[in-house]
Amino acid sequence: MTANVTIRIQQADFDIAREIAALTKGRTDIGAVVSFSGICRGSESGEPIAALTLEHYPGMAEAEIARHAETAMTRWPLTGVSVIHRVGRIKAGENIVLVLTASKHREAAFQAAAFLMDYLKASAPFWKREESAGGESWVDAHERDDAAASRWTKS
Amino acid sequence: MKIKYFAWVRERVGKSEETIEPPANVRTVDDLIAWLTKQSEAYAYAFEKPKVIRAAIDHAHVKSDTAIAGAREIAFFPPMTGG
Repeated sequence: MTANVTIRIQQADFDIAREIAALTKGRTDIGAVVSFSGICRGSESGEPIAALTLEHYPGMAEAEIARHAETAMTRWPLTGVSVIHRVGRIKAGENIVLVLTASKHREAAFQAAAFLMDYLKASAPFWKREESAGGESWVDAHERDDAAASRWTKS
Repeated sequence: MKIKYFAWVRERVGKSEETIEPPANVRTVDDLIAWLTKQSEAYAYAFEKPKVIRAAIDHAHVKSDTAIAGAREIAFFPPMTGG
């Protein structure tokens, strides 16, 4: 069977259990599903954060995620990939992003989920603006995110 | 060609998109940034640190020395902070 691929960018929250059920429905060739959720933290460097507002580049965001999902499927024997990224205002404690990877065995699913998240952070066109007591400001990119993505290109 | 701006680049330029016709000697993404910078203080502010700015042509990341000939849509934005 071919791999199930779901890529969605949406304002609404997602239900992790429902997304896993959709990915595995009617299949008996999946032995492992790895789920990663990114959640809006309520503080950053000791500063309370009330909410984030996520902006994205419509069209390119979907294309970039699809490119990396394709790469993940050529690199690991995956039976399914789901990536859901929320945009708009997201309050502290709410979900931001979901990555699901399914495979026959756990190792491929674990690695592909880590790969997809690293690339999502480093190259998918989304930008966070955070609301703290001092007002609103754009979140700075971290060099560690580029470093995390580059580890997948070494040998 | 259509130009799009995102996040603080959009805020500094003061618009999210526009259609421009740069002169023929504007060949690369670097040339386009240099040309835009000369158009107004808003562009100069947005592109004051050109090395920080990321660019995409037709929905794919490109390096700043990439030729812009044939591009339908060029986007400028800060380093990404999604996920």
